[in-house]
Amino acid sequence: MKKTKDMLSEDGTRPVKQEFVKRAHISEYPTGPGFTAGHLADINAGWRAFRPIIDLKKCISCYKCYMVCPDGVIFKIGTKGVAVDYDYCKGCGVCANECPVKAITMIKETLD
Amino acid sequence: MKLDNSKKLFVSGDEAVALGVRLARPHVISAYPITPQTVVVERLSEMVEDRSLDADFMHVESEHSALSAAMGASAVGARAFTATSSQGLLYMAEVLSYCSGGRFPVVMMNANRALALPWSIFGDQSDSLLLLGSGWIQCYVEDAQEALDMMIQAYKIAENSQILTPFMVNLDGFILTHTYELVDIPKQSQVDDFLPPFTTPNKMSLENPMNLGFSSTPADNLEFKYQQHQALLNALPIIEEVDDEFGDRFGRYYGGVLETYQTDDADFVMITVGSITGTTRVVVNTLREEGKKVGLIKLRYLRPMPEEALLEAIGDAKAIGVIDKDISFGHEGTIFTNVNSALAKSSVAIKKHNFICGMGGRNISKNDIKEMYKLLEDSTKGKDVPAVNFINLNTSVSEVE
Amino acid sequence: MQNLERITPRNIDAKEYFYGHKACAGCGCALAVRLALKVIGDGAFSILPAGCMSAVGFIYPQMAFVNNSMISTFPGAASLAAGVAAGNKALKREGTKTVVFAGDGGTADIGLQALSGMIDRDDDVLYICYDNEAYMNTGIQKSGLTPFGAKTTTTPAGEHIHGTQTNKKRLFEIIAAHDIKYAATASIGYYQDYINKVQKAASIKGATFIHVACSCPTGWGTPTETSVEIMKEAVDNGLWFLAEYENHKFTLNHNPKVFTLISEYIKKQGRFKHLNEHDIKTIELYRDKMWERMREEWKNN
Repeated sequence: MKKTKDMLSEDGTRPVKQEFVKRAHISEYPTGPGFTAGHLADINAGWRAFRPIIDLKKCISCYKCYMVCPDGVIFKIGTKGVAVDYDYCKGCGVCANECPVKAITMIKETLD
Repeated sequence: MKLDNSKKLFVSGDEAVALGVRLARPHVISAYPITPQTVVVERLSEMVEDRSLDADFMHVESEHSALSAAMGASAVGARAFTATSSQGLLYMAEVLSYCSGGRFPVVMMNANRALALPWSIFGDQSDSLLLLGSGWIQCYVEDAQEALDMMIQAYKIAENSQILTPFMVNLDGFILTHTYELVDIPKQSQVDDFLPPFTTPNKMSLENPMNLGFSSTPADNLEFKYQQHQALLNALPIIEEVDDEFGDRFGRYYGGVLETYQTDDADFVMITVGSITGTTRVVVNTLREEGKKVGLIKLRYLRPMPEEALLEAIGDAKAIGVIDKDISFGHEGTIFTNVNSALAKSSVAIKKHNFICGMGGRNISKNDIKEMYKLLEDSTKGKDVPAVNFINLNTSVSEVE
Repeated sequence: MQNLERITPRNIDAKEYFYGHKACAGCGCALAVRLALKVIGDGAFSILPAGCMSAVGFIYPQMAFVNNSMISTFPGAASLAAGVAAGNKALKREGTKTVVFAGDGGTADIGLQALSGMIDRDDDVLYICYDNEAYMNTGIQKSGLTPFGAKTTTTPAGEHIHGTQTNKKRLFEIIAAHDIKYAATASIGYYQDYINKVQKAASIKGATFIHVACSCPTGWGTPTETSVEIMKEAVDNGLWFLAEYENHKFTLNHNPKVFTLISEYIKKQGRFKHLNEHDIKTIELYRDKMWERMREEWKNN
């Protein structure tokens, strides 16, 4: 079983989805209801009706969106700008609402 | 009264528990007082004060919090102890299943006491018997020496990697908790050799972060319950091993899951749980002198239920009686139900009778037990003896015209 | 755990500790948990009782807490946390901090007894109450911290009764009355203030408490994107306040000269839509009375 630190994104800031196979034998179950911290088996992308698009040209790297995201899916890219982890973004729109320079627009999700 | 490190001391059942707990080296003790357990936690606090016990003593504000705190300590890999009785045991009932389902090997002493209402501080076994389904290992001790010894054995069994299940050690309230006996106190170094430090894969740590106590959907819950059941069944042979090892090292064997007394050729066997075993031994001796072929089985563990050993011990007896210091209203005594199930599953057809007595501290005399053996004999001689009998009622309960 | 250097959006811990959870889109409580853990860091041992955050945080096999976390009984978060802190201390573990994340129901109602005991013992635990003003996890029922006039499923609003008829328990003052080492109120609408307070509380050895007001779009009937904005408004209109209790004294951190309109706040929320002018006046008068007392008795920052 992988440890928490082996299940993180490349920049080491957040967990990424793992392949979880249904246990074939009882011996593969954990002893009691406890499991490795940060193990994610599922993504939340399917929840979205709208997706945030960040205009990096307008972005002033104030990091307000990064701070207010309830799901923590906005991450910093280097020392300037931010990006969205679309695997886990639920499309709530708080980032777009709080951005002081309106650099984020919420676009309707399409079927693809 | 300070409990020192002498080899033999004249102590009460409660004090013997405290002595045993100290030897087991718990890291965390959480305590809420309730009669007749109070002496246990009082003595433990004195031992912490005089530094003979290096443990964090938490003064919790309720029994629910007592077990909660002990479970928290266990969840990070610390050895924990708590104690309670009757109303307190029921107040912490939801935490019992959190603890067993969570696989945290906390050890808890329970002073068996009647359940309100009526409000009673006196002993009977209703409290723990009500919670046989909680997923805890349940052991019942006969005397102060066994109480002391079991506090040590309990950790060894509970913490075994095949088990990892919390353990309840039961002492009869007042009858055992507050009576005095000369006990032998094992040496700390001997206990350390017997009981290694607590290790478990089921804990939170910085080296290996975990999320414990998670929720499961219907897709997985049954599997976790299966595991728990297996863990308790795994305990059956391990209880025997630990009893043997304890006996080899400390000189006292208790028979494992149960102990028999004069059952080899017995026609009539009484099944006893807890301190009433002592009184029953005396009655067995008396009746044997009168030429009656009687014996007793001291059922030490009720969970896991030692069905195989019980059936073997009953052997060719013609009738068995079960002494229950409790009753499941509208049905029968709980120990009787458990014993009956073992007999029924193996198609053993013998006379069996339930004796409901001792509730709320009512005395059970040698004469009462003699009467019970008589009823067993009567039942094999064609007399109509009810399945469930209330013993030593103080008032008439016959039908009023 | 970070030192007492001010935590800013630039230097805050880059790691996410609450990720992949199943909270509603725009959940204010999730933000409170997320930010607190970024302040406390990977030494955090978080304890959560039954409630939204535990229900969405650990459903096998989706473990949304990257730090050590555990679900407690509903009434027993504070005592489980106390045991965890005691266990870590007994095992001489360095670099750990036990933190509780419990809802308003789990704190002010069923969990109050255990919390009181935790403060009495001065257990080394930071207890954070995320207050979304009702039992949201079970479907929006009234709790001891549901405000006057709010519609819930157990205080429905109709002709005869206009929703909840009682005021919020004064939880902050109840905790302060224990003479706790440090207690504070906060709001996700003023998240820098919240972060500062978490940092301060986490650095103190002993029992500390933060009461953070969080929005709940599902339970309040508000648009998801306004979750942070509306919690700023709750402070600006005086229905919520930012204060601290430390060294046996109360301090008001934020004392607006003029409050924004409660009527505006009310309009935006489905749970308050039924309130009439008289109800709003009642709420305003209660706010004024509370502020009169706080301004008189508490020190200004």
